[in-house]
Amino acid sequence: MLRIPCPHCGERDYTEFRYGGDARKRRPAHGSEAAGSWHDYVFVFDNPKGAHREYWQHVQGCRQWLLVERNTASNEIARARLARTGEAP
Amino acid sequence: MRTRYSALALVRHALSGKRWPRAWRAAIPRPEYDVVIVGGGGHGLATAYYLAAHHGITRVAVLERAYLGSGNVGRNTTLVRSNYLLPGNTEFFEHSLQLWEGLSHELNFNVMLSQRGQVWLAHGPSQFDVLARRGNIMRLNGIDAELLELDALRRLLPYLDYGSDSRFPVYGALMQPRAGTVRHDAVAWGYARAADACGVDIIENCEVTGFERSGDAITGVRTSRGTIGAGRTLLAVAGHSSQVAALAGLRLPVESHLLQAFVTEPIKPFVDHVISFGAELFYISQSDKGGLVFGGHIDGFNSYTQRGQFAKVQNVTECAVALIPSISRLRLLRHWAGIQDMTPDGSPFMGRTPLANLFLDGGWCYQGFKATPAAGWCMAHTLAHGTEHPLIRHLSLDRFRLGNGHDEYGHGNWTYKQ
Repeated sequence: MLRIPCPHCGERDYTEFRYGGDARKRRPAHGSEAAGSWHDYVFVFDNPKGAHREYWQHVQGCRQWLLVERNTASNEIARARLARTGEAP
Repeated sequence: MRTRYSALALVRHALSGKRWPRAWRAAIPRPEYDVVIVGGGGHGLATAYYLAAHHGITRVAVLERAYLGSGNVGRNTTLVRSNYLLPGNTEFFEHSLQLWEGLSHELNFNVMLSQRGQVWLAHGPSQFDVLARRGNIMRLNGIDAELLELDALRRLLPYLDYGSDSRFPVYGALMQPRAGTVRHDAVAWGYARAADACGVDIIENCEVTGFERSGDAITGVRTSRGTIGAGRTLLAVAGHSSQVAALAGLRLPVESHLLQAFVTEPIKPFVDHVISFGAELFYISQSDKGGLVFGGHIDGFNSYTQRGQFAKVQNVTECAVALIPSISRLRLLRHWAGIQDMTPDGSPFMGRTPLANLFLDGGWCYQGFKATPAAGWCMAHTLAHGTEHPLIRHLSLDRFRLGNGHDEYGHGNWTYKQ
């Protein structure tokens, strides 16, 4: 079972969390009309085999959004921080 | 001369006591081919076969990183059906089912198609109406579909839980009698043997490490066994589409996710059909060896580990027992995971890419295996003519840019929730 080290609640099963996808995507600026960059933001993925920075929300715990660094080839988690501040609490 | 397989040849060979010869050559890569296919799975091998047998293009190589059939063609739950709703999908998957129906004869290899019928359950009147609509669309397209009300369903599948206290009471079902299962390894072996007999080179243990380019055109592939020139190149690598496309500088609307499948210890004939649960994504059938084969949803986050998460094992077995309580004491013999390339709308990509002479067959989500013959058929046409076969025009790589997403199940734009 994938275990995520929540900075507030400690290490928990991934089933307590909601997955939020790739965190390295950058949303185009508000009001931007460049269809290409919206297309890439919404539909295209780097989908790396290796280091991946991603969001998880601890919905059955502290409800905080986390920034997790996970290796997609091994599921090893290097670290998890609060997405809001980018730091441990 | 290769042995033609038949009942007589089988008996004669058994009595001779000799070993069966290889079914395809261990080909040495030539410097150049008209078509190079990356990926020796079902789709790549089917494409190679139809190119050689139906389009007369025999200077074809199939490059496989490991051994033939080591990927998803040997990891799926072997179901074939054509009960699709959206225009484009309906015709494509029916073409595929028709090709399955003639495949053993076409390849002279028994792929053990068993048209036992697929029963798709509804758990309430609204879901029954939705399945009726799907059945009507199928029948308008000349595809077999039968709506089963509760009495008929009870006679057909007496072992389901019809109790009034069940969490998701069964209400009715849509059945496609021509749907069923296929021996999946035989599909890889049959296409490989038939393609090889037409002159196609099947090259195993050959990993693609890069592409040769001339401007915006792909002119060959670099591999662990040297550089190979290619008139046209097809990527048919399932869960690693993003990885191989990245070697050519392409980013795809694809994320790789794990799907698990399960098989129980063998029991006597019991589940005579393919059954799809309507309250969760869950499907079950019984193999010829007697094991119950079933699967469910993807794990829920992108991964390449080919090792499934326990939470999904629990979820899928809960579905199994909720539907058929009498199997609760069966033990699981094996479970395994395959890497699926999930797309934002749940539909695949087939056809040209932004790079000249580079073609893609990927993003198959849950439906790659049943599509194998039609995918090969349509990609062979596309590679031979340079433009997409009419059956796959709705599956272009730029469809999101054009606002033409093709969302069969109405899940919306979620690779990890499809």
